[in-house]
Amino acid sequence: MNGILDLTLVKLVEKIKNRELSSEEVTKTFIDRSQKSKKLNVYITENFDKALEEAKNFDQKPDFKKKLAGIPIAVKDLFCTKDLKTTAASKILENFIPTYESTITDNLWKEGGILLGKLNCDEFAMGSSNETSYFGNVQSPLGANLVPGGSSGGSASALAANLTPITIGTDTGGSIRQPASFTGTVGLKPTYGSCSRYGIVAFASSLDQAGPMTKDVKDCSLLFEVISSYDKKDSTSVDFKRGNYLNNLTNSIKGKKIGIPKEYRVDGMSKEIEELWQKGVNILKDAGAEVIDISLPNTSYALPAYYIVAPAEASSNLARYDGVKYGFRAKGDNLIDMYEKTRSEGFGNEVKRRIMIGTYVLSSGYYDAYYLKAQKVRRLIKNDFDDAYKKVDAILTPSTPNSAFKIGEKTNDPVSMYLNDIFTVPVNLAGIPAISIPAGHDSNGLPLGLQIIGKAFDEQNILNIAFSMEQQIKFKNKITDWWI
Amino acid sequence: MTIDLKTVKHISKLSRISVDEEKAKKLEKDLNSIFKFIEKLNQLNTGKVDPLTSVADTVLQLRKDEIKSLNIRDQILKNSPEDNKDFFVVPKVVE
Repeated sequence: MNGILDLTLVKLVEKIKNRELSSEEVTKTFIDRSQKSKKLNVYITENFDKALEEAKNFDQKPDFKKKLAGIPIAVKDLFCTKDLKTTAASKILENFIPTYESTITDNLWKEGGILLGKLNCDEFAMGSSNETSYFGNVQSPLGANLVPGGSSGGSASALAANLTPITIGTDTGGSIRQPASFTGTVGLKPTYGSCSRYGIVAFASSLDQAGPMTKDVKDCSLLFEVISSYDKKDSTSVDFKRGNYLNNLTNSIKGKKIGIPKEYRVDGMSKEIEELWQKGVNILKDAGAEVIDISLPNTSYALPAYYIVAPAEASSNLARYDGVKYGFRAKGDNLIDMYEKTRSEGFGNEVKRRIMIGTYVLSSGYYDAYYLKAQKVRRLIKNDFDDAYKKVDAILTPSTPNSAFKIGEKTNDPVSMYLNDIFTVPVNLAGIPAISIPAGHDSNGLPLGLQIIGKAFDEQNILNIAFSMEQQIKFKNKITDWWI
Repeated sequence: MTIDLKTVKHISKLSRISVDEEKAKKLEKDLNSIFKFIEKLNQLNTGKVDPLTSVADTVLQLRKDEIKSLNIRDQILKNSPEDNKDFFVVPKVVE
């Protein structure tokens, strides 16, 4: 394998800054491999020619003060990129070319990043397997006909397959952490309000949060540092002093109190996941942390509450796709007919299903029974975490109840698909940060992840814990390049 | 509670998404299994709990009404469903 492909972001930046590597060399290497990896179906839009041009420009006038000096980056196709198609993996936005840039991607380019292309995902980020994309499902580099997870499945696949050194995803109910767990990569869902939502195609606005997906915790810290910023263009952006997450990264977690919530030991949990979790506990103890049993009593209500709140917000956010001013328009006999056909043909089944759930729970006569009830449950979930954090500094759980499954295995049963997010959803409802790190393999050699959940705006702490665990786990992804 | 075919058609009307008979039947099945799952919430007594509408501890900030992008009419019009040069051509949306 080519050395460049195996380097972490931190190493690549170092080598570019030392002039051991040029941005052009690095960019070309990732483009070449991407060209050979079409089978994975990770790209919706490639930006290769322009990326090379920009890399050459960088090399001619390098600015080594930048944190991502000359680094090529592919991003989830949910981030608006000025003058480059942004589809949200939907037919309804198939030809949408934004006239503005999302704050997150703008932050990447300001620090010297170069856009490689836009990555496949579940349509409007609704899905846990990247099978709902209008542009076809994504293959996992871990094995043929295996899902990469979702919704940031293209991002996870591209990263694990070494088609981009780092990437950015979004996480509404687990869409960064679950695919990270499935592909043996690191994924962080930051605290709500830490990363700007401006220019991200909206799914459920009170839950959506963008975050880094990387090969290791150091890269994650650096990338998080770059993308987190206060943004006046996002009314829920929080103005607080962002840290130097990479510089402050330490593996010293002696005396840290880590909670193990008994409610995450769900019925029918596989022995492999149980053992992985125990391995995590032992590693934390070895590092000098204090492991404490805790209770998050309302955990089992999180997923049902999520499937009211998220679709409700989605039905409202997606009302804008009506075929009038932009996006796909179907022909209709009259205005209402045009609306109905546009939305029926423009959206895929999962998106339509969620719009309909959302419309129903917000409709007259059902609002109190469903939507208001779910918001009350959301309060209880948050209170659970608040109470736990009086006793502990962070919480350790598995990231997912299982490893990656086969393409098509869960598409006929929406509830079994939704259960994938059982361990990730509570975090979004409470607005707190969580990171998934690869922690082991199942009996088929597929990656399994552990999740570290932190207090609001305490990302440094969970990054430190993840860093310490990573050094003890020494995870190695088993990728055979089966698709080349 | 269960969602019958009539309700599915009503929701599809409210959602402005047309569904044919076959799709409606499939949706009836899917929505029922999802709502059966959701109804677990009824086991919880939430009488005195305040609803949580946002986790963001922020106050809405006012900002100046400033023009940030100029002369992008053509780029914006390019995204309209019809091939427009100078205006948005839209179906009549107000009676």
